[in-house]
Parts: sequence; structure tokens; C-alpha cells
Amino acid sequence: MTQKIYIFKKFERFWHWSQAALIIFLMATAFDIHGTYTIFGFEQAVIYHRLAAWTLVGLWVFAIFWHLATGEWRQYSPSMTNVIAMVKYYLSGIFKNAPHPHRQTELQKHNPLQKLAYLGILAFVAPLIWTTGWLLLFWDSLEAWGLGFLQLEWIAIGHTIGAFMMLTFLVAHIYLITAGATLTSHLKAMITGWEEVH
Amino acid sequence: MHSRRSFFSIALLVGFLTLTGGVADAASSKTTTADHSKFKELQQTFNTGPEVTKACLSCHTEAAKQVHRTKHWTWEFLNPENDQRLGKKNVLNNFCISIPQNTPFCTTCHVGYGWKDKHFDFSKEESVDCLVCHDTTGAYKKIPGTGGMAFGKDMELPPGSGKIVKGIDLTKIAQKIGKTSRDTCGGCHFFGGGGDGVKHGDMDSSLAAPEAELDVHMDAAGLDFTCGTCHATSSHDVPGSRYTPTAIDKGGAHIRGKDGKGNPATCVSCHNNTPHKSGDHADRLNHHAKKVACQTCHIPEFARGGVATKMGWDWSTAGQLDKDGKQFVKKDDKGKIIYESRKGDFDLGTNVKPEYRWFNGDIKYTLLDDKIDPTHQPIGINSIGGSPSDGRSLIWPMKISHGKQPFDAVNMNLVTPHTAGNDDYGYWKNLNWAKAIESGMKDSGMPFSGKMDFVSTEMYWPITHMVAPKDKSLGCVDCHAKGGRLEGIEGVYVFAQSNNKWVDLFGWTIVLLTLLGVIGHGLIRIIASKKD
Repeated sequence: MTQKIYIFKKFERFWHWSQAALIIFLMATAFDIHGTYTIFGFEQAVIYHRLAAWTLVGLWVFAIFWHLATGEWRQYSPSMTNVIAMVKYYLSGIFKNAPHPHRQTELQKHNPLQKLAYLGILAFVAPLIWTTGWLLLFWDSLEAWGLGFLQLEWIAIGHTIGAFMMLTFLVAHIYLITAGATLTSHLKAMITGWEEVH
Repeated sequence: MHSRRSFFSIALLVGFLTLTGGVADAASSKTTTADHSKFKELQQTFNTGPEVTKACLSCHTEAAKQVHRTKHWTWEFLNPENDQRLGKKNVLNNFCISIPQNTPFCTTCHVGYGWKDKHFDFSKEESVDCLVCHDTTGAYKKIPGTGGMAFGKDMELPPGSGKIVKGIDLTKIAQKIGKTSRDTCGGCHFFGGGGDGVKHGDMDSSLAAPEAELDVHMDAAGLDFTCGTCHATSSHDVPGSRYTPTAIDKGGAHIRGKDGKGNPATCVSCHNNTPHKSGDHADRLNHHAKKVACQTCHIPEFARGGVATKMGWDWSTAGQLDKDGKQFVKKDDKGKIIYESRKGDFDLGTNVKPEYRWFNGDIKYTLLDDKIDPTHQPIGINSIGGSPSDGRSLIWPMKISHGKQPFDAVNMNLVTPHTAGNDDYGYWKNLNWAKAIESGMKDSGMPFSGKMDFVSTEMYWPITHMVAPKDKSLGCVDCHAKGGRLEGIEGVYVFAQSNNKWVDLFGWTIVLLTLLGVIGHGLIRIIASKKD
């Protein structure tokens, strides 16, 4: 018996999709700047990358406020319960049409593995990208701020590593959209807010 | 016969040095308060240059004394940084190599009359050549081989040769005297190294009346700067030096009332230290200017005016004769000379992308009494100082001219061969290195062992002229790309060019493995669902 529960609120969905668009655009311009390919060309890519970065900063200001105000930040607090079950599910259960070990509720939107992944992004990848990104945005002023000892090369390498991690996350994330109750249930949830659960 | 041909071919070459002006006249005649044609002192027939100078000095009483104190007169410069005695008289290059013993030809470009040998009297005021810088007619001529003399009447030169050099109208030239112009400065500086554009690469006759694209400041139909607009001169002492260049100018724009010790010819002296005022990248570009000289982006290429510059000169191949036993000349398909029996092979370049170096303004020359080490070639005719960390360097565009020139293989020093001249020693006429070097070194007061060989040399020419309009300056991608212009320059991280290859390799590996992982996982799911 399939039932539907309301998982993602309007703001969350807006946040998710605008953030997704910005991050994909940031990545596209990032590797343009990196010299991997040429879409906009270095000069324009730099302009767009900075613009998108500032827009994302603005979005995050709202998102952080929303998470604090609604208490939704708890969705990201990690727990080890059922992590093993999730790993087993992805390694074998999913192939045998076994039931999903995590039952989504409004209070538990993310499965335990998902939580860990998002926490990793929030605790490690995002700070790496943000810190190095800010340093690059304000590179002209670093000397005046007493940060002249920082090497541009190391900042750039940190930012690049962050970008590769984000890209890796994106690949896995896009695939795991299909790993819900049905192939499209996660995608539908993220669009309409309603997730089908068994 | 040989000697005469040699003399006249030089005369022809240096004949280029004659001034092709006549444009400066109109502008200066509007603003000047003195019409020199009304001066009694100039209403007379002048037979020689010094006679004109005497007339000039009867009013401009201090002018000659001022000129006497300048490099233009002494051809000598004591570098206060390292006590090297430089100046045209003392340094060598890897073009025509050196002045000694070739003096009467080289001094066609001296601001004086009659410097033929070491007995020239540098204290004589009437020996100063006022006209070579102040002519506005374009008719003024200094005669090669005479130490830069100018004659108002026809002369047989060299005496006894039967060849008449026509006199010029010194009276008219003197009466039309005016400010210096691109033509007068260019009469010598465009032709350094014995021909149009040979030496500098960023100065040649195309700058006499350039379009904006070639030089945005000198643009004859636009800003119309003369050399003196930037090289703002006081007391005849022209600022701006190739021996002690200003590689970095932290002093900001020169506004009135400011202590005037700075070099007025730097970009910063007008444009300030934060010249980029508008556009998306203004701040970032101003920040670039803390490490990159203005010239690096704003002079994308040199020798852009259609005149080729010599990038290389190989003296070691000189001396070949044709089947008739005569000297010959080889030209490329554009008619430019690439080989001469008396000079060797030339490597020419137009629209040349500069090489880039950290440069702090320190230049050290290899002088005649410096020992060289031929096991480490090329020998630096000059070597430049600079590093990313010394706090006074910027990344500069350079012309690096490559040469192969004679040296004393026993005493281990460079030599000053006698090239030009109608005698039994000059290389251009006799094609005999031993004689030419012995004679030249004797004139330099240096011994010659008699054993010579050739050594590869290089010489640095910081590029600073031929500033392009801003839309023609380098774009980001000229450097920010793999193999960009600053490849190999230490101390700067250039996005897109300096990427760490291990980070890239590691990053793409992880991304690829993840991609393969999810594809594999998906395939298994598809297969498994089909089995069901």
C-alpha cells in the first residue's frame, strides 16, 4: 500500500533547486577558469563565477536563518543507527527489491547514510570551498588584513580540491535520486514536496 | 675600389639617419615667442655645423655647458649602483659590437661635431650639435665617417675620392629651429644598431608618424606625443635610462608641486599606481600591477610597425665570398637582408611576442676587462636583476637579442673589433678578424692574444615603447591558459596555467571512479530487476 507524506516544504524545495542550479553553474564556470574547457572564456567565467558565488552567499543567509528558525537543522545531526543497514541495502538489498530500511517521516527526512554525507559536505567540503573562495574574492586585501603570508597557490589548490569533492558528491547525489521507493519518488518529492513511501 | 664601396654603403646606411621631419614645425611655430628667422645672428651663410652652434650660443649662453654634462655628449655613464663605467663609449653589444676604432662612423649619432678619435676635445662648446635635435625642416644631415660633421657647402668626401657630398642649407635650418620631435630623436634612436629598428625592437621609423594601434600616445592623428612629452627634459638632460631603468615606480603620478626627483617617463608618472578605473576587473587589474609591469599587458608585441628588428646576429658566419671572390648579400622573400659577407647571418622579427622576466632595474654589463666563461653560454652582454621576492621587481617584457660574436680565446674576454672604415684593418672591408680585433682592441687600450673564437651572447632590452590602445592589450587568456605567456615565471600562481597536475589527476580519478561506481550499481539494479 503506497502512502504519501509531505516531506519538503516550499522554502526547502526553492532552496534545494536554486542551490543546485547555482552550484552546477559555479562548477561549470570553475572548470572554465581552471582551463579544462572554454565555454565563457576565462575573463567572463571569472565574472560569472563571482556573481554566482555572491548569489549563493545570499541564498545561504536565508537558508541558515530558515534552518535555525524552524529547527530543521536537526535533520543534519548525525546518528549511527541503521547506518550498517543502509550500507547493506545499497550493497545487496536494493538489487533484490528488499524494503528500504529507512522510513522517511517529516522528522527524519534523510536516511542515516545521507545524513552522514550531508554532514561531511557541511563540515568539510563547504568550509573548504567557502574559506578558500572568500580568500580568493578578497585576495587583493589579504595583505592589508595581515594575511599576506598565505600563498595563492595553496588557496587555489584547496579550492580546486573542494571543487573535485563537490563534483564527486554531485555524481553520487544525482544517481541516488533513483534509489528511493520507486525510481522517481525522490525526484517527485523534491519537486512537489510529497514523497511516496511503502 | 673596395674601400670606396664600403664607405658609401655605410654612408647609404647611415643616410637613413638623416631626419625626415618637417611636421613638428607647424605646431611649435604657433606657440613660440621667438621667430628665429628674424634674428640677425642667423641671417648669415654657415659653412659648417660649429659655425651655427657659435651663433646659437651667442644667445643661449648656457646650452652647450648643459649638453656637455649629459650622456648624449659624453657617451659615458658611471652606474652609481655598481660603479660600472658604462655609456656608448664603453659598453659592448651583440649587434655592431662596439664603438672604439669605428668612432668616425658611430659618432654620426653623437650630439657633436668632429669626434673621430680619442683626441676629440670634449670641452669645446661650439662642437655641440644643436641642429641634430632641434631641426624642424628634415633637411639636416650629418655625414658618416666625419665624426658627425654637417656642411653648408659641397665637400669631397673622403678627401681625394672624387665623391662630392652636397652641402645643406644650414641658414634655413638654423632659422627654423624648434623643439625636438619624434623625427629628431628618432633620427638616431630609431636606427640604433646601424639600421631601422635593429636594436630596440620597440623603436623604429614606424614611430615617426604612428597610428593609434601602434602607439596610443604618439598617434599622429590623436594624442601626438613627442618623445619629449614623456622624457620631459630640463637643462638638456633627458630623463629615462637604459643603464639604470626605473623598473618599478611606487611614487604615484607626478602632480605639480611634487618633489620632482622621480623619472617622468614611467607609465605611473602620469597614470598613477591604480590606473584601472572602470570595468569588471578594475580592482583585480590594479592588483596585477603590483607584480606585472604596465608594459607587459599593454605592449602585446614589439616591432609592430612593419619594420623588422634583429633578434639574432651571427658574426661567425661572416666572411663568405661568392664565386667571383666578392662579398655578397642574401635577402629573404620580403627583400630583407638576412646575410652579408661582412656581417654574418641575421635573424629578423616583426610582431614579436616578448619574453618575460622579473626585473628590478639592476643591469650589469660584461665589459672588456671582465673575464668570460665560454663553458657557460650564452654570455650575458648585460644581465638583469630581479626576483619575485626582492620587493622592487615587476614582471617585464623583454627583447632578448641573441648573438654570436668574437672573443679572445686566450685572455677570455669579449673584444671590440674594428669593423667600419676605409683602412687595412676594418673587418667590413678586409674580412680579416685577427687584424680587425687587434686594431680595435689597441684603440680600446686592451691586449689581444691573437687567438679568437666565437661565443654565443644574449642581451636584454626592456620593452617600453609601442604601447597599444587598451582594447589591443593582452587579454586574460593570454596568460590564464595552459602555455600562457608567463609560463615558467617563478613566484606567481597563474590560474589556468599553473594548475597542480597531481591535484587534477587525483580529482579527476575520484570523479571518474565515482561515475563508474554509480553506473555499475545502476546496471546491476537493471539486470536484477529483469531477473525478477
